[in-house]
Amino acid sequence: MSKTETALRELAQMDELAAGDSPVHRLHPLPKLVLTVLYIVLVVSFGKYDISGIIAMLLVPVLLYQLSGIPVRTCFFKLRYVLPLVLAVGIFNPFFDKAPLLAIGQVKISGGVVSMITLMAKGILSLMASFLLMATTRLDSLCSALRKLHVPSLLVTLLLLTFRYVGLLTEEVAVMSEAYHLRAPGQKGIHISAWGSFLGQLLLRTMDRAEDLYNSMRLRGFNGDFPYAAPPRFSVRDLLVLLLGAAVLLLLRFVPVASMLGSLLVR
Amino acid sequence: MLDLQNVSVSYEKGKPVIKDLSFHINKGESVGLIGANGAGKSTLMKALLGLLPATGRILVDGMAVEKANLPAIRRRLGYVLQDSDDQMFMPTVLDDMVFGPMNYGLSRAEAEEKAAAVLARLSLSDLAGRQNHRLSGGEKRMAAIATVLAMEPDVLLMDEPTSNLDPFNRRIVINTIGSLPQTRIITSHDLDMILDCCTRVILLSDGRIAADGPAGVILRDKALLEAHRMELPLSLSRL
Ligand SMILES: Nc1ncnc2c1ncn2[C@@H]1O[C@H](COP(=O)(O)OP(=O)(O)OP(=O)(O)O)[C@@H](O)[C@H]1O
Ligand SMILES: [Mg+2]
Repeated sequence: MSKTETALRELAQMDELAAGDSPVHRLHPLPKLVLTVLYIVLVVSFGKYDISGIIAMLLVPVLLYQLSGIPVRTCFFKLRYVLPLVLAVGIFNPFFDKAPLLAIGQVKISGGVVSMITLMAKGILSLMASFLLMATTRLDSLCSALRKLHVPSLLVTLLLLTFRYVGLLTEEVAVMSEAYHLRAPGQKGIHISAWGSFLGQLLLRTMDRAEDLYNSMRLRGFNGDFPYAAPPRFSVRDLLVLLLGAAVLLLLRFVPVASMLGSLLVR
Repeated sequence: MLDLQNVSVSYEKGKPVIKDLSFHINKGESVGLIGANGAGKSTLMKALLGLLPATGRILVDGMAVEKANLPAIRRRLGYVLQDSDDQMFMPTVLDDMVFGPMNYGLSRAEAEEKAAAVLARLSLSDLAGRQNHRLSGGEKRMAAIATVLAMEPDVLLMDEPTSNLDPFNRRIVINTIGSLPQTRIITSHDLDMILDCCTRVILLSDGRIAADGPAGVILRDKALLEAHRMELPLSLSRL
């Protein structure tokens, strides 16, 4: 199998991680979903030069990855093809914003560099948070939680099918390129002359399979709700987790924890 | 239980794949649907489930196959797809098996009990916790059959249930199908299996019925079978 294929397969194997067991896995999907969204919103809301604030936000995923038993390494490894895109976002900032912002000893750092770093950090933290949610919550539980929040069933079903479709797509890419390489030994990649038909076939095959899959869900009574994945009842404990989690996140966002700690240490 | 009158099905306009078919299947009957590749067996099954638009009349348990009746009809029909890859969509075999029953209102515990009973019956108990995408072709097939049996449908539609199976599993499937009380329609190129578990055979050829009668008669008719690109079942050809 080629490198891309293995990478794609790994992405599709999130289900396996999500089947694990840890305090984070066991949390009710509803507070998990809400807190993840809140976390991302808060991270993104930092000012473009506010490095120290963002660094404080790093505490949350680091702690939760520890608790969930999912190595941070796995996250970056699985997302190694997406990360460059996220990092590319801020890459031009240093060229536009050259005014010096802070100085460490003799070295002056321009605003552009700082804003590049904060942008990248925002991207990475958001990725880490979404990955953790996906890696500790089964897709169906997540969908069920979305339904509980009254997200329309059409939208939720679409989300579910999109994820399944990505799985199918990767499978088909793997199978087709295997078939291709068996008949084109020694060739690296897929010859450009075959791209058109390869992509066309890929689309047709995955659409067919996606339809079959959706059909077999409908044939077994699926109608846009998720009774089989319904999480346990939302308990007082879950509510506490939600409120406490939200409080901690808001605290980290609006109280300059890092600089407070810093000044404590200096003093 | 199933009643078809002048049913035609086409994928493209003007090119019917099933051509003006009529037949009736009684409650509890087990019918083998045979025919060469491309004869229209899978297409016919999909039409029965309302997955493909058909002209003519299809009645399932007295209900016409049309939009308003589909949920009730599908509740009664259990369909094993020709390709089991497209049948299983949950992370593990057990998840897949409880999916249907829970959609129909069973609790998780009840559904798991049902699933366990089916798995035991198919000698598959060790498959329950396995990841679907890590199963072998034949294991997937067995699991797909198990998911459908767990729903306890009134009518079983099985498209090539024994393809990919080793002799041991093939025997288990044949015995299981044979011992079920439900109405069954089974397509297969494995005519020995059809002989073992069906009492009646419908032979499709190019979308039409070429023969319909007792399995013991049709499957012994060498000339008829060979005219439609098939051979006598092995167990009969040795005689
Ligand atoms: N999605 C489709 N679009 C157009 N034509 C199709 C489609 N699926 C099947 N056909 C055509 O319909 C005819 C019957 O196909 P069907 O799959 O029902 O055959 P079958 O009897 O199940 O064959 P097999 O034994 O190979 O499974 C074939 O000629 C096939 O080319
Ligand atoms: Mg077929």
